[in-house]
Amino acid sequence: MSKKMDIIELLNENSRLTDNQISVITGLSEDEVKEIIKNLEEEKVLLKYSTLVNWEKTEKEVVRALIDVRVTPQQGQGFNAIAERIGQYDEVKSVSLISGGYDLSVEVEGKTMKEIAIFVAERLAPIDGVLSTTTHFILKRYKQDGVFFTDGPEDKRLVVTP
Amino acid sequence: MNNKYISDVVKNIPPSGIRKFFDLVTNSRDIISLGVGEPDFVTPWTVRKEAIDVLDRGATTYTSNLGLLELREAVSFFLKNHYDLNYDAENEIMITVGASEAIDLALRCLINNGDEVLVPVPSYVSYSPCIELTRGVPIYVPTYEKNNFIITPDDLKSKITSKTKALILPYPNNPTGAIMKKEDLEAIKDIIIEHDLIVISDEIYSELTYDGKHVSIASLPDMKERTIVLNGFSKAFAMTGWRLGYIAAEHSFIEAMNKIHQYTTICAPIMAQYAGIKAIYECEDDIEKMRKTYDQRRRLIVNGFREIGFGCFEPKGAFYIFPSIKKTGLSSQEFCERLLKEEKIAVVPGDAFGPGGDGYIRVSYAYSIDKIMKALERIERFAKKIF
Repeated sequence: MSKKMDIIELLNENSRLTDNQISVITGLSEDEVKEIIKNLEEEKVLLKYSTLVNWEKTEKEVVRALIDVRVTPQQGQGFNAIAERIGQYDEVKSVSLISGGYDLSVEVEGKTMKEIAIFVAERLAPIDGVLSTTTHFILKRYKQDGVFFTDGPEDKRLVVTP
Repeated sequence: MNNKYISDVVKNIPPSGIRKFFDLVTNSRDIISLGVGEPDFVTPWTVRKEAIDVLDRGATTYTSNLGLLELREAVSFFLKNHYDLNYDAENEIMITVGASEAIDLALRCLINNGDEVLVPVPSYVSYSPCIELTRGVPIYVPTYEKNNFIITPDDLKSKITSKTKALILPYPNNPTGAIMKKEDLEAIKDIIIEHDLIVISDEIYSELTYDGKHVSIASLPDMKERTIVLNGFSKAFAMTGWRLGYIAAEHSFIEAMNKIHQYTTICAPIMAQYAGIKAIYECEDDIEKMRKTYDQRRRLIVNGFREIGFGCFEPKGAFYIFPSIKKTGLSSQEFCERLLKEEKIAVVPGDAFGPGGDGYIRVSYAYSIDKIMKALERIERFAKKIF
């Protein structure tokens, strides 16, 4: 089990690690690594090998917003049906059920603020069961998935010590 | 040192080999350093929080010379729990300003003018100078890659004279990463007893052991009374800057060392001591996590050096590898200076760690996997030029 977790954590940190590199780091054979990864993919533990991109440094115009959504849970379904309904849209990057004053936190991506505003007004808000939405545009990212977008803390150690 | 007022003993201590290299590195820019002898982790948050809390509550005083009893109890518990060592918190444990002070105290309480102290080499840079400062004589016991850098009975015997007083036992070892297993310790035990030697066992890297559990020589029968165990929080809990170490030994040794400590140091900083209690009782998971991370990096970097074509001893402890660079025909200093200049990678020349270290370099893996992989790429490019 722990070797399985090791692999998950290594890939979560860097999905470009090769099977060979993972085998060296974990001390497993390459075949064992392949087998474990295959199983994890089949069990849908590993869903996708993605990259964390700092879009601000590219030509692509990207705006993201976090939208707090209050909804009416449905009989027998709770929040699941409406969460999945909201998740159908390509613009929606993530949907989570949250505790506190709102029910769902929805992250939406668009080219401009206006595009997102229109999405919320015309697609999200009218969905049956959606009671209210509050849109927060993301202005600057400092850290995501454990990675600093800014320079972050530097290595303060002396460069050579005994 | 041209100042005529400086004492002979201080004048005669040679400058540190690391210091020289350090100056060179500090003047370079954009380097990747694999030269650091301390963890890249920050001290666990619970420990930092505790120091902040006790400061808030006004913990700003001296403590007893031996250190807070509560901390000594924690250390006693830790030593029992981890290494099956039995030391009484009240009489057999003292808290020091890092294991560095502990090295100094142990030597000063033992050495008379001209006493010989055996120092395995390559090893940490402080032992010889500290022995010389106590007017003792360091006698090097070379260890060899072919013996996994451990002290063998023959190596030990060949260096013992009528003046030999003590043996420094620095395992897990900086810079080689060697450990001495129980059977290795048993093999030298009888010689130690026969010649009535005291062992100064520097176990600061004990928690960073990757092949089984660390064994302290003090846990062997008849060895507790002739062993001074040195350890601390720096490496196990990533607490280098807190300067918190400890000594475990028979009461008479502790009494003697405390005599020196009370006049020269008084006590370790109180906030560090309180934080240390927290570390022992609440950070087992953190230790385990750090050890596992080091172990992953260890496999990666050893494999990387071997694939590039360096002979590389497999270290079983600490966070260094000690690859051989003999096939390049360069001295350690030349190799390190060129690697720094041509590829902007800093590693430490092996000869900084005493005779026998030339032909090797010390490479630290207290760095992220990402950084290690980047460094390996540059080292490979460099190796292609010189092989």
